[in-house]
Formats: sequence, structure tokens, C-alpha cells
Amino acid sequence: MTEWIEACGAEDVDGEDVIRFDHGGRVYAIYRSPEDTYFATDGLCTHEQISLADGLVMDDIIECPKHNGRFNYKTGEAKGAPVCVNLRIYPVKVEGGSVFIAV
Amino acid sequence: MSQHYVIVGAGEAGARAAMALREQGFDGDVTLVGGEGHLPYERPPLSKEGMLAELFAAKTIATAERLAEAGIGFRGGFVVDAIDRAGKRLEDSDGRAIRFDKLLLATGAAPRRLPGVEGDRVVYLRTIEDALRLRGVLGAGRHLAVIGGGFIGLELAASARQRGAEVTLIEALPRLLSRGVPEAMARQIEARHLAGGVTLVFGEGIAGIASGAESAVVTLASGRRIEADLVLVGIGAVPNVALAEKAGLAIENGIAVDRHLATGDPDILAAGDCCSFPLEIYGGRRVRLESWRNAQDQGNLAARNMLGAGEAISSVPWFWSDQYELTLQIAGLSDEGSTVVRRELGDGASILFHLAADGRLVAASGLGVGNAVARDIRLAEMLIGKRATPDPGALGDAGVKLKGLLAA
Repeated sequence: MTEWIEACGAEDVDGEDVIRFDHGGRVYAIYRSPEDTYFATDGLCTHEQISLADGLVMDDIIECPKHNGRFNYKTGEAKGAPVCVNLRIYPVKVEGGSVFIAV
Repeated sequence: MSQHYVIVGAGEAGARAAMALREQGFDGDVTLVGGEGHLPYERPPLSKEGMLAELFAAKTIATAERLAEAGIGFRGGFVVDAIDRAGKRLEDSDGRAIRFDKLLLATGAAPRRLPGVEGDRVVYLRTIEDALRLRGVLGAGRHLAVIGGGFIGLELAASARQRGAEVTLIEALPRLLSRGVPEAMARQIEARHLAGGVTLVFGEGIAGIASGAESAVVTLASGRRIEADLVLVGIGAVPNVALAEKAGLAIENGIAVDRHLATGDPDILAAGDCCSFPLEIYGGRRVRLESWRNAQDQGNLAARNMLGAGEAISSVPWFWSDQYELTLQIAGLSDEGSTVVRRELGDGASILFHLAADGRLVAASGLGVGNAVARDIRLAEMLIGKRATPDPGALGDAGVKLKGLLAA
């Protein structure tokens, strides 16, 4: 059964930005796109387990702060070396000013 | 007959170039030649995780399966002795040969040796074997002497302290990291090492090192003697140019390449630590960079240009160093700047923006815990690449988002 977890307030994330969310021993990353839509992925880079929330969001792309591995945070797709494993993505909903993710 | 592209050097640049040839759709033969017997592996962790992890495990760039899947022939332990340019062949000293149509030299760099110093207890750090040797003496009750206050020496000093070893670091100049790191930031790093328990000795040359059966003794120019279990020498690196030089290619602090990474021979390119190249963002200034990112970028670019893309180098120099909980990141060449603007990011993290006389942002140096400075350094890198002239007041104000300056 899907469990919806409250990750953050909708205003806690700036547009075209990302924040970190820790839950149940896992790290997630919560994104707000330039079009004000919210997305969630695993929070650690699939290359060397670096927290992606310290990285830079540009359009649809999150870039790892350490080695510049790039992912499309909407689809989880790895965009090329040094990252070759896709990021897991999670369903997101916004209700009552809060962002929920289904884990 | 199908085209055969050969890459000499299986480090970051060489391995990346081999993979990139396939990613670009090249369907000829690709051979990656490595002088070391190992599969391509990452060198940055050798001074950090490689020292701290309970068990040592090399971080492989490409496994044998991945190379095989990509159709890349790997020749480990093949030390190229000569390039026969006319005959388009590489040869080793046993007379084995590899034919090529196009050749990429990614021969890397080697630690600069301390002249006149030999012995089992004097080590350098470049390879897995070097790292394993160092790991053996990093425990409590051991004493490591480090010669050179550059990145290798400082990262090793930090790792050794975290493993409980005593560390004495000797630097000939009056400060750490005098090449490429602004003094204010070098002083912060110095303070962190002092707090971590490293004994720092500045302004002292080395008179000699006696490597004995039980220990090594470093004698300083002043006559002071420092006894240690092992002496790590980290005084920079020299590009591996012997092969290119013997083949008659131009050498200029590295294998000299043009903005397309081409040597004087149209079928031979060079990439990574081994080559010097002109940087257009700094008026064509010729530089040689020893960094992971440069190796990645140039490996990719070399592959594209081997396939005829004719693309020019456009990357901004960028590197990082991890010491204790701190990460330093620098984008651009700070010595191109004449004024500095400081931005405080909170929690002790800060960025120094280096501006040229004409107001152009030419470099940014950031230091903080973890990846606190990463995002702003990345944005600064883009501003540098765009030759932006941001308002110094905005750069110094942490309330102004750098992303906004990029759009301006």
C-alpha cells in the first residue's frame, strides 16, 4: 500500500531548486521545477552517494555537486558519465501547502 | 579494413575517451593501453576514502565487463616504448606492436621526485600500490612525515590524523597551497590542520633523508631532524612526455596541443594531465591542469575531435580537495584576478570571487563543510565561462542568488 509522507512545506523549496528530506533511514530530494511543479527522487547520487540537494537545478536537470553527474529529476534518467544508473523517482502531491511523497 | 583508434594511458582521461568514442557511435576498433596492470581506476580516492576505509577497494572506472560490452580492447601492463609515426604503430620494449589510425596520448603525470633521495621509507602517491604502502603505516603510534603542503600532502595528512597517526608536514614556503589557492583560504586550511593535530613546519628546505631499516630521518636545512616511520613526498607532478618527445612532438610544460587537443601530427591528440593547452577565456594563456574534471572533459572532447568534430576547449578549470569535513572547490584561475570579493554562506562557509581589472569574474574559490559551496561555485563557473562582469556588491551579498546574475 502506498504510504504518503509529508516531506516539506510547498514554500520551503524555491522555484528551480531542491531540498533534502530524510525519512526512515533514506535520503530523498524534493524539487520544485521552474513551472512550480514538485518532484521527488532518491537523494543520493547513484555514482558516489553524494547528497544531490547540494547540487544545482537548471530546468529539468539536477547536477551532482561533486562530480557533475546529471539527472533529469522528472524522470530519474541519468544523462551520461560519470553517472550511468538512473535515479529512483517517487510520486508527489501537494495538499494544504505541504508536499507529500509516496514511498 | 576498419579504423583502429588507440588510446595510450588508462587513467581518467584515457578511459573516458574510450567510452566516449562508443557513446559518439564510433564503430571501428578501440584499444585502451594501460601501463599499469590494473583496470582503469579513479585516483582521487587514493588519498581520502582509500586511506580511511576499513578495507581498501580500488574504485574502478570501467569493469572488464563494461569494457567488453562497449567493445573496447584493454591492454593492461603494456608499456609503450615508442611511437612509429610514419608506420602508424606503437611498440613496447619487447617488440610487440599495436597499429593505429588515430592515437590519443593520455599518459598522465608522475610525482615529482625529490632529487638524491632514495629508500624504502620514502614514498610518493599516484598508484594503488603507493596507496597500499601508505595504508600500512597510518595507524596509532606511527609517525608520518609529509614533505610538501600541496593537495596530496594535505589530504594525506588529514587521512593519517583520522587514522590516529602522528603527522609532521614540512613546507618550503611560508604558507600552504601557494599554487592556485588564495592565502586567506590557505590560512583557514592551515588552522584546520593545526586543530587536527598536524605539526606544521614552514619555510624549511630538506637537507636530506636517511631511509633506514627501522625508520627514516628527515634532516631540514636548519639541521633539525624529524624521525618518521614513512616519508610521503608530495611536491607536485611532472607530465609524462618522454614518449611524445621521442616521437618528435612539441613539448611545452606537457605535450603541446592546440585548442582542439591536436598535436602537430594530425593523427595524434593528447588529453588530461600530460598536455598543455591554450585557454581562450584567459586570452589563450597556455596551461596544464592536473584535475579529475579536466581529465573527464578532455577525454570527452578528444573522442569527439578524433571523430572530426573540430570542437574547441571551452571548459573553465575546476577542482576540489577534501580534507577532514572540509571541501575546497575552485573554478577558474585565481591569479588572473586583481581584486577579491568575499561572500559568507553561513556555518563558516565562504566564497572568494576573483575579479580582473576590467570587472570580469575570472575565478571563485570556496571552502566549507561538505558540499556547502558546491552550488555557488558551479554557478560561478558558468559566469566565468560567459565572461560575465557581475556587480561586486551583488557577489558579496549572500542574499543575492547567483543564478539571478547568470540570467542577467
